[in-house]
Amino acid sequence: MNRQAQAAILFLTGAALLHAGFTNLYLRYVKAGLQPLLLASGAVLIVAALATVWYEWRSHKSGDAEDHDHGEGHVHREPRISWLLVLPLLALILVAPPALGSYSAMRTGTALQQPYGFNKLPAAGPLDLNVVDYATRAVYDRGRHIAGRPIRITGFVALDRTGAPYLVRMALNCCAADAQPVKIALTGTIPPVLQPDKWLRVTGTYTAKRTKDPVNNGPIPFFRVTAAAPVATPKDPYDESWNN
Amino acid sequence: MAITKAAPTGADSHEPVRGAPEPEEPTGAGQDHGGQDHGSQDSAGQDSKSPLVLTMLLLLLVLLQGPIRGALSAPVMQSWMTVFVAVLVQALPFLVLGVLLSAAIAVFVPPAFFARALPSRPALAVPVAGMAGAMLPGCECASVPVAGALVRRGVTPAAALAFLLSAPAINPIVLTATAVAFPRNPEMVVGRFVASLLVSCVMGWLWQRLGRTDWLRTPERSHYEGPSKGAAFWNSVRHDVMHAGGFLVVGAMAAATLKAVAPASWLRTAAENPLVAILALAVLAVLLSICSEADAFVAASLTQFSLTAKLAFLVVGPMIDLKLFAMQAGTFGRGFALRFAPATFCLAITGAVLTGAVLL
Repeated sequence: MNRQAQAAILFLTGAALLHAGFTNLYLRYVKAGLQPLLLASGAVLIVAALATVWYEWRSHKSGDAEDHDHGEGHVHREPRISWLLVLPLLALILVAPPALGSYSAMRTGTALQQPYGFNKLPAAGPLDLNVVDYATRAVYDRGRHIAGRPIRITGFVALDRTGAPYLVRMALNCCAADAQPVKIALTGTIPPVLQPDKWLRVTGTYTAKRTKDPVNNGPIPFFRVTAAAPVATPKDPYDESWNN
Repeated sequence: MAITKAAPTGADSHEPVRGAPEPEEPTGAGQDHGGQDHGSQDSAGQDSKSPLVLTMLLLLLVLLQGPIRGALSAPVMQSWMTVFVAVLVQALPFLVLGVLLSAAIAVFVPPAFFARALPSRPALAVPVAGMAGAMLPGCECASVPVAGALVRRGVTPAAALAFLLSAPAINPIVLTATAVAFPRNPEMVVGRFVASLLVSCVMGWLWQRLGRTDWLRTPERSHYEGPSKGAAFWNSVRHDVMHAGGFLVVGAMAAATLKAVAPASWLRTAAENPLVAILALAVLAVLLSICSEADAFVAASLTQFSLTAKLAFLVVGPMIDLKLFAMQAGTFGRGFALRFAPATFCLAITGAVLTGAVLL
């Protein structure tokens, strides 16, 4: 690969990082806190590409004027393995794969962790909880503060082998490679047709019923659904509450 | 450890090309990379075509977008690609940080600085360099190019390797993440620090005693010299990103394959026997290639396993995994990586088990 091609790949990679960083695309892959670093590295890559072109052009000029002393720019190559950098570029620009969904969720055990403590809940009215919040309160607080109150939870649908429905959110610490699901099993009036990976907002109440995740024996609480409505995928598809 | 083997595999690329007929190019032959020593005219011809090849490739893929998307829509493929892209998007900023740092070391820091900063006796330089690892805030992707630059600047390889191994595990960011992930076991943070520092120093001393310079393909200096410092700096950045980036892609592919294909139920059976559990988590750390800033959270979620097994996961992961192996092979040569990686792996497990026995 010669330097023009290298400059092109550097430029495209930098541009792809900037694009992912400025849109919400990056949230499908990494934690929100990485945005400034992503943008900075994208900018550095673009500068490196421009610098490569600039010095290449200059050495051309001086190489013509003087001897063929700076011919090294043409002799020196990077190993072929650099071509592999085209792959993530294509994956990011052309395909932009979606955030991890039900497929990975059902292959991995629920990652529920015992919390330090619980935040105070609003005293009255329906509760808006996220999947991780509901699951921790249901399992480690035995539902003491949420029992009997109307609750709304948003997550995506996953079905196990028997077709039983779960509401899942992937919790993420750094990037999608370490994302782990937190699952809630659904009971009550469940919509007749559920499509995996579709985002739902379910309304209902706490129930003390529990089951175990067949993958890692982790606890999965149930939720009694009274109504369910499809919602758009949230801006950040992952739960990042463990980050801070 | 295959220490008795005498045949150097990756080191011969520095020799002047055997039977190179014309000595007209004063610098060109020396700059050639390992594994690319076939006919230079032939590859030079191929070389000038690479922008064309790149353009054709991109055009073709844009035209075939629809069918390609169709083929990639299976859930396994989607999840594979998501993890693949995620590992790269996550690692690239740290790689760029490491590359900038390494270019700055290579271009702006005079070699005399390291001669003064490090004790002249290698046996003492090793632990000092190991402790210095605590100052590189980042994960393992940053440490490989920096260690390469240190070797180029004349730091004794034993010390540079101790730095390479310790930096991703004992810096404050990683230790804080570990403390957050194990709120009930603060001794894990101490254990991680002690075991990682111990193992990297032992590896440094081991290299000093047994290592041979011809195993290490010292990264060549020539393209860090340019007409100006700016040219040399950006030249080094470009070279390191292209080089280490390519190997990073290999590692990301391996990690994505494991995450998308291997069944998680294997782990449950492994957790039943304490010894097998330690080995299993050590192997898992190698295969998963998770960034050292995130691995503590994954370790914490492996609830079935003992604390010692989790410590092994945390010590092995930042020192050797698939992506690191690929990057080390790229920076220091395959002959080096093939010897260094197994030794690191065994020592890291031993160190983790010993520390675990004392602390946990």
